[in-house]
Amino acid sequence: MITVENLVKEFGPKKAVNNVTFTVQRGEILGFLGPNGAGKSTTMRMLTGFFPPTSGKVAIGGHDISENPIAAKKLIGYLPEAAPCYSDMTVRGFLAFCAEMRGLSGGAIADAVNRVAGLCFLEGVLHQSVDTLSKGYRHRTCFAQSIIHDPEVLVLDEPTDGLDPNQKHEVRQLIKRMGEKKAIIFSTHILEEVEAVCSRAMIIDRGTVVANGTPAELKAKAEGAGSVTLRVFGTAAETVKSRLGSLMVAGKVSVSSANNAVSARVFPRDRHVNGELAKAVAELTVKEGWKFDELHTEEGRLDDVFRAITLPDTVKARND
Amino acid sequence: MLSDSIRNIRTIAKRELMGYFNSPVAYVFIVIFLLLNGFFTFMLGGFFEIGEASLARPFFNWHPWLYLFLVPAAGMRLWSEERRTGTLELLLTMPVAAWEAIVGKFLACWVFLAIALALTFPVVATAMYLGSPDVGATVAGYLGSLLLAGAYLAVTVMTSALTRNQVISFIMSVVICFFLIFAGWEQVTSLAVRWAPDWLVNTIAAFSVMPHFMNFQRGVVELRDLVYFVSVMVFSLFTTSVILRNLRGA
Repeated sequence: MITVENLVKEFGPKKAVNNVTFTVQRGEILGFLGPNGAGKSTTMRMLTGFFPPTSGKVAIGGHDISENPIAAKKLIGYLPEAAPCYSDMTVRGFLAFCAEMRGLSGGAIADAVNRVAGLCFLEGVLHQSVDTLSKGYRHRTCFAQSIIHDPEVLVLDEPTDGLDPNQKHEVRQLIKRMGEKKAIIFSTHILEEVEAVCSRAMIIDRGTVVANGTPAELKAKAEGAGSVTLRVFGTAAETVKSRLGSLMVAGKVSVSSANNAVSARVFPRDRHVNGELAKAVAELTVKEGWKFDELHTEEGRLDDVFRAITLPDTVKARND
Repeated sequence: MLSDSIRNIRTIAKRELMGYFNSPVAYVFIVIFLLLNGFFTFMLGGFFEIGEASLARPFFNWHPWLYLFLVPAAGMRLWSEERRTGTLELLLTMPVAAWEAIVGKFLACWVFLAIALALTFPVVATAMYLGSPDVGATVAGYLGSLLLAGAYLAVTVMTSALTRNQVISFIMSVVICFFLIFAGWEQVTSLAVRWAPDWLVNTIAAFSVMPHFMNFQRGVVELRDLVYFVSVMVFSLFTTSVILRNLRGA
């Protein structure tokens, strides 16, 4: 549904977005990650036809956004970053206006307004003027606007920004449900959100895509991902270390002991073989008859990946 | 295709027009417009003293000056407010062409000004009661006044797209409209001919709203005056679309 090829946006001498290419299919939810100023919003503004790209192509459902903007825009629902709404209107008036702009008419407008008001928990404020709303409500009003025409493509710029934890949860569930039938791209700073909602995640830094894959694939890139932690009792640390080190699939082994317990961390010899290490360690533990109370594989954390990829080199050096 | 455009223009115009009447802006504006109109017509215009039931001099004569401040005040927020609050992004990512939005907003405000102008009917009624004014001249005067308001408004639409600050939009538009009056105002042109060649004075004056508006005031509806006002509007609105495009491009 969304096809982006070699997208570039320059503001004067600065390249805000540099050669970004990706696609989003129907039924996919793409999480768009990156530090502030990485080019997330600029990319989304080009997807939705607000900014014309300096070069490159965007096609929505086969319609090129530059050559056939109206047909492409009809397919898109868009929540801009600041969640702007016409503040001199009531929530109902605003949503009805958006529905009418999206080509609905007559009774279909009222139906659409009631439907999205229900989905976004706005029933209580429909008659209120937008400028009297709290930030969370205003945000959800703009979100409601983006789904009023049941679009096939959703572009959401930080859809959970400014919401309380309950509302965040509701909006995530809503995005997840809608993602079954639509192509969705949303940006966020919250990494747990990506794990909870997205089928794929993309990290962008200084205008360039630096990682693209399923959340699990990205997590596997974290330092220490795939290592196995084991805690045993009543065995000497040296014995544990040497036995673990003799495993075929094991790489480096580090041990530490406290009181009577020995904690060992085994890194895989080959990062790309999944699950083998944990199995081997478990078999060894049983064979040796060690008493243990902990055995698990580190999944790796998205935070670590994100930091490792996007921190400027100078900051990295300072942290080391 | 065309019906889609008309639909979009109507939807945007309706929202914009309701925006005026949902806030005190419309009422304050109309009251002040009518008060000033009455004051100029009856106090300064000498409506009763000139001894004829004519609207040209006491009534329409003031409109270029009255509109100079009131039209920019009515139109200054049209695009600058969209830019300031970020709703511009919302509007222009909807399936609507920029020109449709520009025309929709322009028409909404123009209709609003037409409503305010229509509410001056008691002045006409007074003249009709006191004598028998030339109906043709009165209609032509109203038409000219409406076109004049439209021309100023188109300039204001343009300046409001240039900035996110309404005050700046207001001032720029007053200055441009002032030039449009000044270049062809008789008091100025009669002085200018003393040191400048006739052709130069006439060329500059041709850009002014004054000679064209004067014809309507006299009850003369000429094609070239109509063309003048329509060109000012088309030019200003087209420039607005260029400004909006550059805004998104750079």
